[in-house]
Amino acid sequence: MSKTEANANRHNVQGNHACALAAIAAGCRFYAGYPITPSSEVAERMSLELPKVGGVFIQMEDEIASMGAVLGASMGGLKAMTATSGPGFSLKQEHIGYGILAETPSVVINVMRGGPSTGMPTRPSQGDVMQARWGTHGDHTAIVLAPASVAEVYTETVRAFNLAEQLRSPVIVLFDEIIGHLVETIQLPAPESLQLIERKWADAPKEGYLPYAAGDDMIPPMPRPGDGYRSHTTGLTHDESGFPTQDPAKAEAMLARLINKVERHRDVVDAADMMATEDADILVVAYGTPARAARRAVKEAREQGIKLGLFRPITLWPFPERAFLAAAKSAKRIIVAEMNAGQLLLEIERIAGRERVSPLLRFDGEHIAPDEILDAVGKAA
Amino acid sequence: MTDAKQQTPFDVLQYLRQELMPHFLCPGCGHGIALRALLWAVHELGIEKDNLAIVSGIGCAGRTGAYIDANTFHTTHGRPLAFATGLKLARPDLEVIVITGDGDCLAIGGNHLIHAARRNLDITCLMLNNEVYGMTGGQVSPTTSEDRYTTTTPLGNTEAVFDACKLAEGAGATFVGREVTVQTPTLKNLILGGIAHDGFAFIEVISDCTEIYGRKNDLGSSAEMILSQKSAMRPETFENNIIDRPFRPNALPTGVLAHDKTRPEYGAAYRASIKAQQTKK
Ligand SMILES: Cc1ncc(C[n+]2csc(CCOP(=O)(O)OP(=O)(O)O)c2C)c(N)n1
Ligand code: SF4
Ligand SMILES: [Mg+2]
Repeated sequence: MSKTEANANRHNVQGNHACALAAIAAGCRFYAGYPITPSSEVAERMSLELPKVGGVFIQMEDEIASMGAVLGASMGGLKAMTATSGPGFSLKQEHIGYGILAETPSVVINVMRGGPSTGMPTRPSQGDVMQARWGTHGDHTAIVLAPASVAEVYTETVRAFNLAEQLRSPVIVLFDEIIGHLVETIQLPAPESLQLIERKWADAPKEGYLPYAAGDDMIPPMPRPGDGYRSHTTGLTHDESGFPTQDPAKAEAMLARLINKVERHRDVVDAADMMATEDADILVVAYGTPARAARRAVKEAREQGIKLGLFRPITLWPFPERAFLAAAKSAKRIIVAEMNAGQLLLEIERIAGRERVSPLLRFDGEHIAPDEILDAVGKAA
Repeated sequence: MTDAKQQTPFDVLQYLRQELMPHFLCPGCGHGIALRALLWAVHELGIEKDNLAIVSGIGCAGRTGAYIDANTFHTTHGRPLAFATGLKLARPDLEVIVITGDGDCLAIGGNHLIHAARRNLDITCLMLNNEVYGMTGGQVSPTTSEDRYTTTTPLGNTEAVFDACKLAEGAGATFVGREVTVQTPTLKNLILGGIAHDGFAFIEVISDCTEIYGRKNDLGSSAEMILSQKSAMRPETFENNIIDRPFRPNALPTGVLAHDKTRPEYGAAYRASIKAQQTKK
């Protein structure tokens, strides 16, 4: 590729727009949403891009309806998504649970702002990390991705669609207001260079067909309405037939499979980035915007001869525990830097033990600066 | 529409998942009659079961969807219209019919109803109105008649009643109708008209919760309750009131109450606007 060719696909793109462009490239053909700062640019861009590719955009009456419409479109066979922020994310939770239970592929973008309640609509936050994990009721899995740059918003949005399709589940992409509104120069990948995954469609014989019978991969192929399966989809606990059951063994089998199907695919679900962790005495754990500051802090610390490393989970849930343990091997102290009152902190404390972990938290609507991380490192050393 | 289908007599069993029998409905529940009328209309229209998508909410009304031998989606309480909107936009080729209850559609789902009516997407919404929350044990609903006893109105209901048909029409539904279950062929014809209509059709079925609401208010046997529907309906429709104990105190108009064929169907209009934009370039 010549230099000019390489430059041809370089664009200044805002994080929220990169999300929309990636969704289109990933094959998303349905968007339903309700406007909310700081995510609205995702919807605006989708309303522009979807008609060009024969897709459907609709602004629904609220976020509950948006998520319902997304699930309905996905049941009909389209790759579908919605985008929102804190208050809207709360409203979507019942339907996220439905998508998990009924195994309906879907992508939910949450551009985080300060909370709780209306909070600080235009300020960044990472306050929804635990809601993304446990927002809907009942025992359930959660697949949550947390990009830290505009380029990564693009790649992680594509990955979100792939995981949603492959695992038949809602997938949540979490980033904060800063990344949503950040403009960076990114190289838009050529559409044909993207590896896209489509859900498996049912092609089993119709006689005795069981829509929720799964093979070794624990993921049942999805029946497409109109293909003659005439199957039943419900948010009630069901057996392989898709019809509700209260049989304890069948109820347990359903939930166990839902949980284990994600565990079985940890190789494609997990993602993390490491920087200077091999010999680190001190390890910073950061994701999203604080991870950008942490990178700078690691560079400066190393120049000063301090052995600082960075562990950056790209998949937040399920937490990439194995990669973290490897990265934290030599670290005597672990600093968790996040823009909330201590959410991923709990997970790191669980894995590494409370005595090894120090929090560096901000929940005042401001980001965490490299100097603050270096200060924390100084205190920890 | 296929002529062959029309010639075969209607056999409700052909449209039911018989392996799920016996069904859960209480003896005498009006919802079963509504289900039969719906399937009868589906039969007369010659709709292929493979192409039929039933989207239902939560409640006794919503639970009936599972018994239909079609693509059935039992969604969440109050939100079947939201799911149906996504499904119909994604798959205009499917015949999408929503089954919902008075609580499902008018209380928790009221917002979705008015916006579905406003949009005019080609969905038929069948609301089975039994004036009560049947599934959860008989609590008050937005359509519970004045003074009626429910498990949450022990002193009698003092809230005003929603006129669902007026609401749907006011919100822009292009086909609106109401019918009682006692006149099953008439109900079938109304549903048939709603499905055939190209746009959002809202149909209120006057149903009964005999087991809970009926008992609580001493409304008589199932048969008596169903027959009493006659006296509650518009006098010009039912002249011979055979039971002098109105189930519903207000006389409600029945039949087709609104039918506007001029407004474009939403999905078609959206697709046309995309086409127009593409050809402009
Ligand atoms: C979010 C939510 N809230 C409450 C319920 C409990 N619930 C189930 S059915 C129902 C009422 C159903 O009444 P209606 O729609 O009139 O149906 P019917 O049973 O009378 O046919 C309620 C409140 C629920 N399932 N989900
Ligand atoms: S509780 Fe009422 S509405 Fe539900 S099945 Fe029984 S009679 Fe019908
Ligand atoms: Mg009811």
